[in-house]
Amino acid sequence: MGVEVAVRGLTKSFGGQPVWSDISLTLPAGEISVLLGPSGTGKSVFLKTLVGLLRPDRGDIVIEGRNLPRLSERDLYEVRKLFGVLFQDGALFGSMNIYDNVAFPLREHTRRSESEIRAVVTEKLDMVGLVGAEKKLPGEISGGMRKRAGLARALVLDPQIVLFDEPDSGLDPVRTAYLNQLIIDLNQRTEATFLIVTHDINTARTVPDNIGLIYHGHLAMFGPREMLLSSTEPVVRQFLNAQRIGPIGMAEEKDAEELQAEAQAGAELPPLPPIPVQLQPSDGRRRRAERPPGQWCRDHGVEPPPGSFAGPDGQRTVELPAFLTRDGVPG
Amino acid sequence: MSGPAVLRESGHFFAFCLDTLRGLGRRPVQVREFVQQAWFISSVSILPAALVSIPFGAVIALQLGSLVRQLGAQSFTGAASVLAVVREAGPIVTALVIAGAGGSAICADLGSRKIREELDAMQVLGIDPIQRLVVPRVLASMLVAVLLNGLVSVVGVSGGYLFNVVMQGGTPGAYLASFQALGQLPDLLVGEVKALLFGAAAALIASYKGMTAKGGPKGVGDAVNQSVVLTFMALFALNFVVTAVYFQVVPQKGS
Ligand SMILES: Nc1ncnc2c1ncn2[C@@H]1O[C@H](COP(=O)(O)OP(=O)(O)OP(=O)(O)O)[C@@H](O)[C@H]1O
Ligand SMILES: [Mg+2]
Repeated sequence: MGVEVAVRGLTKSFGGQPVWSDISLTLPAGEISVLLGPSGTGKSVFLKTLVGLLRPDRGDIVIEGRNLPRLSERDLYEVRKLFGVLFQDGALFGSMNIYDNVAFPLREHTRRSESEIRAVVTEKLDMVGLVGAEKKLPGEISGGMRKRAGLARALVLDPQIVLFDEPDSGLDPVRTAYLNQLIIDLNQRTEATFLIVTHDINTARTVPDNIGLIYHGHLAMFGPREMLLSSTEPVVRQFLNAQRIGPIGMAEEKDAEELQAEAQAGAELPPLPPIPVQLQPSDGRRRRAERPPGQWCRDHGVEPPPGSFAGPDGQRTVELPAFLTRDGVPG
Repeated sequence: MSGPAVLRESGHFFAFCLDTLRGLGRRPVQVREFVQQAWFISSVSILPAALVSIPFGAVIALQLGSLVRQLGAQSFTGAASVLAVVREAGPIVTALVIAGAGGSAICADLGSRKIREELDAMQVLGIDPIQRLVVPRVLASMLVAVLLNGLVSVVGVSGGYLFNVVMQGGTPGAYLASFQALGQLPDLLVGEVKALLFGAAAALIASYKGMTAKGGPKGVGDAVNQSVVLTFMALFALNFVVTAVYFQVVPQKGS
């Protein structure tokens, strides 16, 4: 069972230059959360702060009653055993081949025999589709393969909290689809808490239970997927729908002039696209954290955009719960 | 770098050295890494050390040979050149080679691991890079420095002996006897102590610089460059201190 991560008032700067400040959010135990944000807003820094690789200037990160920024180095190493982290570039050990990389945590932290290790490593490599590449060195494989090997290594100790730094960048669309399914299935099986940093809008819209958006040095919004996908907050709306119209410009923030010009040109916001259904586990059974489609919208009296929670061809891919049909919500 | 920055950096380095010291006692001892590193450092440093020490021994023999003749103390040629090689030239050659060959390799290795985030990954996997990577490197570097110092001394002394006896027409008996008269066991020991300290300092500085490298591949290059320069300066300063202490503490024969 996953554990909850509670972040309160977290602030981080480098040499007086703030990266983000006053971030407060709770990653609910066992749920999948996605963190979005323009390039360079400090998403990777946030992940590194969560595992205690970087010390925040201020704020608390509470995991199982322990406040990470206050822990001694030794206790920090204890808490880190809860974590599995996939780094942005895989961070494989360059001097070891893929097999030894994935086996490394097992050899360091468990007393398992080599044959048991082989079984676990092969299972994880099979899961990420890297069987046959065991003998290769990290320098000899593609970026996407390095990333998948990094994922296998991050998962090998069955962590309670898994942080993914852009698991899908550098992967082809088919692999990305497989990876997203893998994330859902993993979450169903392990019930660990997942935090995924991604730039892939499709991933962000269909995979998580919660979405957060870092923008301009602070957390613009964090909440259930349907809340952000139905939000009309300009930044959230622009980012989640990958539009040019809105407050985000090429250089992070548009200046007032540009915004005014946009307004004068009568740039009209396109309507919110329909909210897609969430990706389901491949065995058809529910994930523990999964909520019925449309529940959040109904509970909060929000009208989802027309066509929401329907399959790509207008067909419902999931059986709608009774309340939706009863209330006559279009679908 | 400004004053406060230098102070802060020194503070960090000092803390790093303490962490390494603490890592020495921590289990499990990284025997494999230690053996690999010792092998690696010796493989990059033995040949240059041997090649440097032959001409170094010869130059010292040449210099001292003529100086001693000018002073009219030919009978002490042997003692002078052996003592010079064992006390000073050996440790200095060792320092140059350990810093230039061993230290730069350590720094480049750890630096590239740092920028590839391997060190972060290691910490997240619950392994302390200081205990796992730095401690074995420091120990290996100390061991290799001591062995290297022995090698340099032997090669340098033989070089000087050959030079003095064969080319300058000295007598073998006088060469050895004069050493008996002025040299003593602590001379050899202080050379080895110096080498031990040099090995530790070179590996510590190289590891520190490597592990704090930042800014991509260029950052690693800068770190290696700085580490070699800093190590040279540190080792020569250390050499001076140890020598000064040695002459204060150990009474010299014949004085
Ligand atoms: N160790 C560090 N020292 C100083 N500045 C840093 C450090 N790490 C990151 N930064 C700075 O913090 C900012 C955020 O970097 P970060 O890598 O977290 O961005 P990101 O949101 O992950 O971007 P991307 O989506 O491109 O990966 C950048 O401006 C970067 O220069
Ligand atoms: Mg990043």
